[in-house]
Amino acid sequence: MNALETPRRAAPIDRQHALDLLYEMKRIRRFEEKCAELYSAGHIRGFLHLYIGEEAVAVGALRALTPDDAVVSTYREHGHALVRGVPAGAVMAEMYGKANGCSRGRGGSMHLFDAGRRLYGGNAIVGGGLPLAAGLALADRMQNRPVVTACFFGDGAVAEGEFHESMNLAALWKLPVLFLCENNRYAMGTALERHQAQTDIQAKAAGYGVPAAAVDGMDVLAVEEAARTAVSIVRAGGPFLLEARTYRFRAHSMYDAELYRPKEEVEQWKQRDPIRLFETRLLAEAILTPEDIAALEVRAAADVAEAVAFAEAGPWEPVEDLTRDVYTPRAGDSSGRPGLNTAAASDADKRRPRP
Amino acid sequence: MSRITYREAVKAGLREALIGDPHVFLMGEDVGRYGGAYACSKGFLEEFGPERIRDTPLCESTFVGAGIGAALGGMRPIVEVMTVNFSLLALDQIVNNAATLRHMSGGQFSVPLVVRMATGGGRQLAAQHSHSLEVWYAHVPGIQVVAPATVTDARHMLGLALREPDPVFIFEHALLYPMEGELDESPPADLLHAAIRRPGNDVTVVTYGGSLWKCLQAAETLAKSGVEAEVIDLRSLRPLDMPTVLASVARTHRAVIVDEGWKTCSLAAEISAGIMEGGFYDLDAPVARVCSIEAPMPYAKHLEDAALPQPEGIVSAVMNLVGRHV
Repeated sequence: MNALETPRRAAPIDRQHALDLLYEMKRIRRFEEKCAELYSAGHIRGFLHLYIGEEAVAVGALRALTPDDAVVSTYREHGHALVRGVPAGAVMAEMYGKANGCSRGRGGSMHLFDAGRRLYGGNAIVGGGLPLAAGLALADRMQNRPVVTACFFGDGAVAEGEFHESMNLAALWKLPVLFLCENNRYAMGTALERHQAQTDIQAKAAGYGVPAAAVDGMDVLAVEEAARTAVSIVRAGGPFLLEARTYRFRAHSMYDAELYRPKEEVEQWKQRDPIRLFETRLLAEAILTPEDIAALEVRAAADVAEAVAFAEAGPWEPVEDLTRDVYTPRAGDSSGRPGLNTAAASDADKRRPRP
Repeated sequence: MSRITYREAVKAGLREALIGDPHVFLMGEDVGRYGGAYACSKGFLEEFGPERIRDTPLCESTFVGAGIGAALGGMRPIVEVMTVNFSLLALDQIVNNAATLRHMSGGQFSVPLVVRMATGGGRQLAAQHSHSLEVWYAHVPGIQVVAPATVTDARHMLGLALREPDPVFIFEHALLYPMEGELDESPPADLLHAAIRRPGNDVTVVTYGGSLWKCLQAAETLAKSGVEAEVIDLRSLRPLDMPTVLASVARTHRAVIVDEGWKTCSLAAEISAGIMEGGFYDLDAPVARVCSIEAPMPYAKHLEDAALPQPEGIVSAVMNLVGRHV
């Protein structure tokens, strides 16, 4: 199966569906453009990895999941968190480092978590999320929960041992994991051709007996359709590798001078901007009007403004709570740490003369 | 009291855990059909079935990571890593995920995972199967590290670890598996407190794991010279029970730390620093350390013996401190 070759479906696009998909993509785009601005203004610090250009992947793929399914993500996960339903304010507050952030200001941009929405990070060690996804799927299966775990990772992760180990383990144990490779063609600054001998990533799945497909990651409808097919296979009992071929329009992070790729290449990919492609099609097919699109823009801008206001107004975590949640609170111990874990008490009060 | 081997004790603890909670399962290399590299799960595959006794491929990072994921997903995994040296392949999952997920998520998740592994030298297995690297784990906030030295702890520490909401790493010294001992009728109260295995007033000997028995042997030799050593078995390597160590040093005024790890950046160094910070004015002599020689573990028996802490070396370290000679 290769969804890249799937002819565009003839069925008309539902108007509300189109509005939802387009809005989600626009909201991510505006949210992240604001993040870049806030980074320059010093409100957001640390590493900030923008998803701009890749929005169709999160928006299309996460549509195929139910709220009971689990999601394991990467450090380029603002879009995943937003589509999953984490409030934009909580995501923005996390980037500010505020206590009302979705990880209480402990994680920042790279570590967005939401237990209620089964979002298990925000994992910033490339490939490190894949074994977690296998384990989550194992736990679901052992407890007879008919859910899947979707695990996002980039093309860079494919070089890590954990990709191969996790594919093998998931196939061996028939674990319900959707391995979702966001192939944006660069492992930080190293092009796919420079880090993979086999650049057809989905082809690697055959070595593990895992079904796979590649999809045009700039086409939100194609991603959604491919993800639905993949999830139905996973739900029926085993892993699937879906490779979404996409492109990151912005630098790897805010510190990246982009010396490793020609500007023409970026411009060429921008011609396939997933938002513009979708808008053009919706207008051409008279599913949306320019006024509809303008209204979505206004709504996205308002949402982002509200998120920023929520973050600005948020409190800072008190420094006294710094070690809170290093360990889970035990009954009868308000410090939340197993006893005796503090440094030895000062000896100054029992100073005695040397004999 | 009944006599039991350390291996039987570990096995009994595992069996009790599997019977007691349907969420508990065991996974690792050769835990099932082979029965465990150290035969701690022999017969379990037949008794509990392949869903709960899971042979894994050789992929430490992924099966430890899957243990973390399964713990996040509501199971109670016990992961067996064959030896501490192999566990280095899983350090990423342990240090970057198991230890961080709770704090990094602002307290949204706990990782109730237990990882067991064999550690230590003395079996002529050379430099890739013999090291004592538990201090690497003890360095990391967010996890707990324990080292059962007695059959009673081998029997009960697993059950106590399974009551903890956070990751617990259990280090079993491989030389101890065939050791026989008396099983204490009353189980230990917790994982956190050190135990005084031999009382004494002249010197405090702090140790853990496989070195405990060398220290007790040394203490018997010392007693013949009129030196009564108090031997403390740390039991927990993170957190460290410094109050028990300091209370002992306040009585004996001397301390020797015996640690099978290398001396540089060792647990012995940490405990020594803790004594300086909390018991400096109680000391009548500098703290001494008996550790492994700073070399990769050699194969030849005489060289390996020379590389590891031995009772004779412990005796002479104590004698130096008390100002006497054997």
